[in-house]
Amino acid sequence: MSQDANSRLTGDFYTAQFGPGLSEEGDTLILNMGPQHPATHGVLRVIVELDGEYIRRAEPVLGYIHRMHEKMGEVKSWVQYLPNMGRVDYLHALAWNWAYVGAVEKLMGLTVPPRAEYIRVITCELNRINSHLLWWGAYLLDLGAFTPIVYAFADREHIMDLLQMATGSRLTYCYYRFGGVSADLSDEFLRRTREFVADFRKRLPMYRGLVTDNMILRGRCEEIGVLSPEMARRYGATGPVLRGSGVAYDVRRAEPYSVYDRLEFTVPTGRNGDAMDRYEVRMEEMNQSLRIIEQALEAIPAGAHVSPDLPERFFPPKGEVYFAVEGARGKIGMYLLSDGGPKPYRVKLRAPGFSNLSLFAELAQGTLLADAVSILGSLDLVIPEIDR
Amino acid sequence: MKDLLKTLQGLWSLVVGLKITGVELFKPWLTVHYPRQEVDNLADYRGHIELVPTAEDPRMPRCIMCWKCVDICPSRCISLRMHAIGEGADASDPGLLLAPAMKSPYSAHLTPPPDKIDRVLDSYRLNYSLCSLCGLCVQSCPVDAIRFSRNSYLVGTSRPDFELDLLARLRTPVDASRHPGQRPQA
Amino acid sequence: MIAELTALLAHPLAQMVLALVGIMIFLGVNGLVLLYAERKVAGFIQRRPGPYEVGPHGLLQPFADAGKLISKQLVAPMGADRLLFWLAPVISMAPVVVCFLPIPFSPLLTGMDVNLGLLLILAFSGLNTLALCLAGWGSNNKYSLLGAARAVAQSVAYEIPLLLSVLAVAFQVGSLDLAAIAATQTQGLLSWNVFVQPLAFIIFFISAVAETNRAPFDLPEAESELTAGFHTEYSGMGFGIFFLAEYSYMVVVCAVATALFLGGWDGPLFPGPWWFLGKTFALVFALMWFRWTFPRVRFDQLLNVCWKWLIPLGLANLAATALVVKWVS
Repeated sequence: MSQDANSRLTGDFYTAQFGPGLSEEGDTLILNMGPQHPATHGVLRVIVELDGEYIRRAEPVLGYIHRMHEKMGEVKSWVQYLPNMGRVDYLHALAWNWAYVGAVEKLMGLTVPPRAEYIRVITCELNRINSHLLWWGAYLLDLGAFTPIVYAFADREHIMDLLQMATGSRLTYCYYRFGGVSADLSDEFLRRTREFVADFRKRLPMYRGLVTDNMILRGRCEEIGVLSPEMARRYGATGPVLRGSGVAYDVRRAEPYSVYDRLEFTVPTGRNGDAMDRYEVRMEEMNQSLRIIEQALEAIPAGAHVSPDLPERFFPPKGEVYFAVEGARGKIGMYLLSDGGPKPYRVKLRAPGFSNLSLFAELAQGTLLADAVSILGSLDLVIPEIDR
Repeated sequence: MKDLLKTLQGLWSLVVGLKITGVELFKPWLTVHYPRQEVDNLADYRGHIELVPTAEDPRMPRCIMCWKCVDICPSRCISLRMHAIGEGADASDPGLLLAPAMKSPYSAHLTPPPDKIDRVLDSYRLNYSLCSLCGLCVQSCPVDAIRFSRNSYLVGTSRPDFELDLLARLRTPVDASRHPGQRPQA
Repeated sequence: MIAELTALLAHPLAQMVLALVGIMIFLGVNGLVLLYAERKVAGFIQRRPGPYEVGPHGLLQPFADAGKLISKQLVAPMGADRLLFWLAPVISMAPVVVCFLPIPFSPLLTGMDVNLGLLLILAFSGLNTLALCLAGWGSNNKYSLLGAARAVAQSVAYEIPLLLSVLAVAFQVGSLDLAAIAATQTQGLLSWNVFVQPLAFIIFFISAVAETNRAPFDLPEAESELTAGFHTEYSGMGFGIFFLAEYSYMVVVCAVATALFLGGWDGPLFPGPWWFLGKTFALVFALMWFRWTFPRVRFDQLLNVCWKWLIPLGLANLAATALVVKWVS
């Protein structure tokens, strides 16, 4: 099409860099799945070169939602940076909260009382279920099923009500503090969480019947986007993307933090590394999160919800620290460099989505456009986390 | 033959899916249909902050103007103005001389607030457009002078609607025109 | 005077014109009703109210939608082929009206007595493919082009099983006249062709879903991949006409299915057009039910289903029917 020949004049920097088509006859189509697109989970832009329906090249373009969180870490004080963490990946905000407060506690040598540890586990796992439910609904919306997302949101409301009881917010939580959590859990919360676990367990078979076993869905997900373990390692993929390929790496087991070493849960893995395996891994993870919540509800001790010996002002000692937690998307890494002053010198946020997205260019080559959309959905990307 | 069985199994899965949505068709809807119905869990909702009145005088805030909330806010939403006694204030004003009755649990380790304050609060404004509802201001107040309101029904049509004058809110008499969620807590 | 008027009305051409006008009114009302029904069904399946605010229980919502569509500016994208761009919705809508002529709502209420009724319907509904093609090409938009390419391949492929299943019934009855076929099914419930030729009914229904571009076969308008496929660039009444045409085609294929397989106007008490309409709209409800339940099928899987399953089964069914008919006679 004549448009492609003129793309140097009418396109932007990225279209020009993408270059003309690969084929000599010039009969490929360069399509821009632009930043505003129903299937790109945020403001992700993917430039694809299509040969009919097959993708010859695909290139994601990032940066449309770069909000300079790492820079904000340098101009805000240690305590003032806490609300930022809930906004990096708003779907699993508590994991990012945990990464940050865990890193500072590691740096300062603060101890967290056991009740606070269990509170953190319960709330973080509830948030993980929330995140996976939304992923499930959004993935199916990409594939053309319009109802599962509404069912998923109905279930999310229960969790959001629970977390509102605990934290006061519905989505972007700023609940954890250095040395504990900001408010204790009420007995009402514990009772309602127990009820929720029982009710949600009954809902999961319905999801299986409606969607997971559905022949059409299996046709869209099986043998799509097969990711080998070596390729996953090469790109640094973590989370269900890696576990779908059979590598049983979970930060909660590999580098245990908090009380996870006292809780029993299995780490689900897939066999082939296709989109269906990643799907099944996430559905099973929801189940395992329910198990963790049940055990934590039994084991939660009485006590303080925040450490009693906090300093008046937070001036962590000079030094660097790295702390990782298992987020819904993978391994969330927090690197902090302190110069002893009131503000961090450097904050580096390692977002699992960034490594997971880098796979996409190689994984999408040679696939159909519809499959590329399916692969993108199965990677569970949240672009604000990738762009930070 | 195996393919045929798989196909039949697949077709059965489609029927199961239809059955599920068919059943859901007849279940009552889950929407809380505002404004005919309202949600019932606003008791722990974190709305914007509001000033807490003293026990003695409901028009007088507990604020001692220590500026801790202003300093700690990550988005610099809070702005307050005060003037010192001697600039025309009534020196016998009881609100100035009483010590606060309760300390915030977070301030147990902080230097205690003074027995007497010699300032008067002139205005306490919150720029709600910038507020991220993190709660650091509520936590850092040594005398529990601010708390979260339950105002989930705040609506506005222009930006100044979200620049809240919290002292005026404290001092406005509660009337029926304000929705229960919008009124200051008792 | 009155005698002249009745003579004029008895003329077949006048009857046809009256029928066309009646059909156009019916299609207009039908579009509004189905629009409302679709959204309400979607809402209830998703456990939410659906339209509620505009009028009591949202009953005036279709009028609000129609008003909105009519009031929008008619915009053609820069570089679009204007003739093709504006011709496409017209070509999409116009043949549907004709397709309703042979449909026998009741023995007396048939638009036009055509002894090739089935052929007429199949021929005119094929023009829809042309309309999608023109829309995709004329929009000067890559998404539309992809959507149109998919639509054309899908429509052309699924014409064949549609034809095969319909032919099986035509062999059995020995006529292509829909009224005659419906008349053979009036001897009780088991004479309905759905019990005599269940495979043909299934093939016909699946092909109908594919021909009308409804989920799970709605790739031409795959919202999450192609932003709206062939009708991306249409807004206002251009989109409105495509929309109306889609709902009208849905009713056409369901009406044909009713006449061919479900006994037409037959019913336990008081056979008549109300039974016909009831069965037609029950099938339309089934189409909506499918849409809100199933994800979308991928394009090559769609063509696989057609070429590897529906066509062989259709041919086998046709051959079996031919053999049985030969043996019986």
